[in-house]
Amino acid sequence: MSDQPQQIVTAPGAAGHVLERARWAARAYASYSASDVDRIVRAVADVAHAHAEKYAEWAVRETGFGVVEHKVRKNQACSRGIVDTYAGQDFTTPRVRIDDKIVEVPRPAGVVLALTPSTNPVATVFFKVILALMTRNAVVVSPHPMAKECCHDAAQLLARAAVEAGAPDGIVQSIAEPTIPLVEALMADVRTNVILATGGTGVVRAAYSSGNPAIGVGPGNVPVLVDATADVRAAAQRLVESKAFDNSVLCTNESVLIAEEAVADQLVREMERAGAAVLGADDAQRLRDYMFPDGRLNVGVVGKDASWIAQQAGIRVGARTKVLVAPFATAVPEEPLTHEKLSPVLGMIRVPDAAAGIATARAIIRIAGAGHSAAIHSTDPGTVMRYAAEVPVLRVSVNVGNSTGSSGLDTNLAPTMTIGTGFVGRSALGENLQPKHLVDWTRIAYNSDPAEAMPAYAGRSPWHDHHTPVPAYPRPSNDERAPRAQAPAHVDALIDRIGARTASGGAGTGDAAFREQVRRLVVEELSHLIKG
Amino acid sequence: MHDYDAFSFDSKAEMLEKSAHYWNPDKTRFWSDSGVDLVIDRREGYLLWDMDGRRLIDVHLNGGTYNLGHRNPEVVTAVKHAMDRFDVGNHHFPSLGRTALAEVLVESAPAGLTKVAYASGGGEAIDIALKSARHAMQKRKIVSIVKAYHGHTGLAVATGDDRFAKLFLADRPEEFPQVPFNDLDAMEQALRGRDVAAVIMETIPATYGFPLPRPGYLEAVKALCEKYDALYIADEVQTGLMRTGELWGITKHGIEPDILVSGKGLSGGIYPIAAVLLSERAGAWLYEDGFGHISTFGGAELGCVAALKTLEITQRPEVRSMVHYIADQVGAGLRQVQAQYPDWFVGIRQNGVVLGLEFAHPEGAKYVMRQLYELGVWAIFSTLDPRVLQYKPGILMTPDLVEELLDRTALAIGRAAADPALSRRRAS
Repeated sequence: MSDQPQQIVTAPGAAGHVLERARWAARAYASYSASDVDRIVRAVADVAHAHAEKYAEWAVRETGFGVVEHKVRKNQACSRGIVDTYAGQDFTTPRVRIDDKIVEVPRPAGVVLALTPSTNPVATVFFKVILALMTRNAVVVSPHPMAKECCHDAAQLLARAAVEAGAPDGIVQSIAEPTIPLVEALMADVRTNVILATGGTGVVRAAYSSGNPAIGVGPGNVPVLVDATADVRAAAQRLVESKAFDNSVLCTNESVLIAEEAVADQLVREMERAGAAVLGADDAQRLRDYMFPDGRLNVGVVGKDASWIAQQAGIRVGARTKVLVAPFATAVPEEPLTHEKLSPVLGMIRVPDAAAGIATARAIIRIAGAGHSAAIHSTDPGTVMRYAAEVPVLRVSVNVGNSTGSSGLDTNLAPTMTIGTGFVGRSALGENLQPKHLVDWTRIAYNSDPAEAMPAYAGRSPWHDHHTPVPAYPRPSNDERAPRAQAPAHVDALIDRIGARTASGGAGTGDAAFREQVRRLVVEELSHLIKG
Repeated sequence: MHDYDAFSFDSKAEMLEKSAHYWNPDKTRFWSDSGVDLVIDRREGYLLWDMDGRRLIDVHLNGGTYNLGHRNPEVVTAVKHAMDRFDVGNHHFPSLGRTALAEVLVESAPAGLTKVAYASGGGEAIDIALKSARHAMQKRKIVSIVKAYHGHTGLAVATGDDRFAKLFLADRPEEFPQVPFNDLDAMEQALRGRDVAAVIMETIPATYGFPLPRPGYLEAVKALCEKYDALYIADEVQTGLMRTGELWGITKHGIEPDILVSGKGLSGGIYPIAAVLLSERAGAWLYEDGFGHISTFGGAELGCVAALKTLEITQRPEVRSMVHYIADQVGAGLRQVQAQYPDWFVGIRQNGVVLGLEFAHPEGAKYVMRQLYELGVWAIFSTLDPRVLQYKPGILMTPDLVEELLDRTALAIGRAAADPALSRRRAS
């Protein structure tokens, strides 16, 4: 209808133009071939990998969170690591299912609005940008304000690398000055095709309320059960290392240790040997008072190291202490140590047997972290199975530190910086975020009647290679370097020349049809150029 | 009943009758006779609605006035906000708005342009440019292009086509010699006597159907100006403001003009304003007698606010990128249409989103214009070369609207090609 209302454009001024430019870039990129995409993704991942240290340092400096060497590892995992993981998979070439008589043609989301957190800033920028590029999407990074400088700079670096490798102009952009109203406007704008929300509950709920498709994930609060069948020493070492990883700012870092009584004392000894300080009741109380004044997490502890936190809380521990373990007795919400801590502080509770341990893990998840992750150290598959079935989480990592286990760095789960918490965790995504979540497939479906055959599709692709800048610089059309139409008049001249050479073939009556066919090919070629 | 608050009309017919009676009988009749019964009513973005409710995509933009779309919300907000504090201002005094805009214009401009003088419209701005050149060079002659168009005020009209100059006995060929476009020998001939104050050139002559300067032509004209001591005036009213993919079209030629004129789109389509950017040499009169050119509405402060917002939007890197995408898509789409009608749609003149479409009939563009109008697109033929359709997409057009425009254009060009009246005339 001619009078249709304007679409909902909510992002103001320049921010709206960021989305508009992204929309043009996404349209152009959606016609790129698999080899184009491979070239671009590799170039971007390489430059990200080469700058892993720089941005690890910058992120720690800017946010005050985490550990440089661990962020380096995440930055590497989220650049070349991601490319290696998905090597050989392509989200570009149509897939032919001959037996089903179905052909699947990929259709990228379009403009991905990538919200990135303060705790895990540049790794998430790398991760989401590379996922978007693998799936031929444009991406607009909206960093957490606490990490805006390192994230914006990193996004600009990736943007340049992408365009230098032949990606369309504007394929990667970022918001230099993010504010809550601006981010809300970007999320609600019709020019955003999907929101990837990683961050606090507030931003995730806002993403889901925006009216646009969103993939938001809930918070973690990871319980870890060590049962009597576990290799206790190995469990202790993995636990301490995992809990210390990046000063525990990942949502996959363990939060509460549930130890079966039979091995609890041994576990404590082994953890102390591995670098943990297991606190007595008085020190545990000091820690509670400092970390949870008024019952809420003191954000000053987020991403800080264990000895700094101990000092602030007035607790004496060795200078090389990696993790503080604070015992508590009851898994109820009013116990602060049952909540997410985002710091190398592990709550610890003893249980008489594995069944009680599973019930305790359920209690922890009831408080927070539904749909997220849990860990278990056990050699009994029956216990592991019951644990997975009864604790409402979507990944259970076994005999591995959970920070790198659930995020797929040390398991064969999809490596990710965004952990889907599923329906139980109020998310549309139940898996680790991976490229496939950013692309739809148009399915060509033939009549299933065997009498109706599906012709061959193998090797057919509607996309084409790109070797020049997109878009072309607007040269005047009388400049020799400007793109030009191959008018059919020229085609005729060409055919005449070819005809002269192959006169013995006897064109005759077939000539007009041949000309028509060539004309049609030229028009098809031109339409490729247009869609490009 | 069409109620517009401040006035109303019973019907479109009544409105057209009064238009002819009280306002401009010939112009009113011209459009009726041309099959374009357009009375622009509602307007938003790149869309217009006729009084009868018909929707049109606007690729006329009134010469680029609506470069940022009709009633661009950012410009409207800026001007509304400014109205709480500013009005037209008082041209006698140093002015907040004029100074702020001048600084931004000078920063945006090619090197060497250091001063800004204001006008209320493009014609007046051209007059200021020509007066400045005459003052600086102490010579009278102004060389322009045959079929040039620089406006209708006293001096500007004399640089243009006879049609408008002679009507008001304003032609002065001895002071305003004209040379054919793209003809360097003629240009050199005109300048050789060293009695020329300035050459004035639209970077691409709009009303002449956007014939493109041959590669190197403008650069050579600038060199001739230097050789024979004449100033180079770049009329960027239609080629400025990112329409060629750069803020000022002349910079794509690497030319640093002595004077640059901007108008139309500078207003954001909201509050009239035009500006003349002058080099130290061309602007010498501003040191000698600052009251030399007086214009009550020239650089009205509300217009300055509109222009500042317009320049801010236009200079966003995102917008520059979008213009390049639009130009690319429109160019490719039109070439595809051309491939279908090579004998009818014989040429595409394009530089960015400045386009002239050539048809194989002396008045071909009028036929295409009518078909486009029927199909919901408003584009205008070139007054001084009606073979050529002016086709001017806005710089903020969305991808979907560009696609829709191309679909409608392809149909219209096809229908015009099949127009029996046209083929009869072509045959004859």
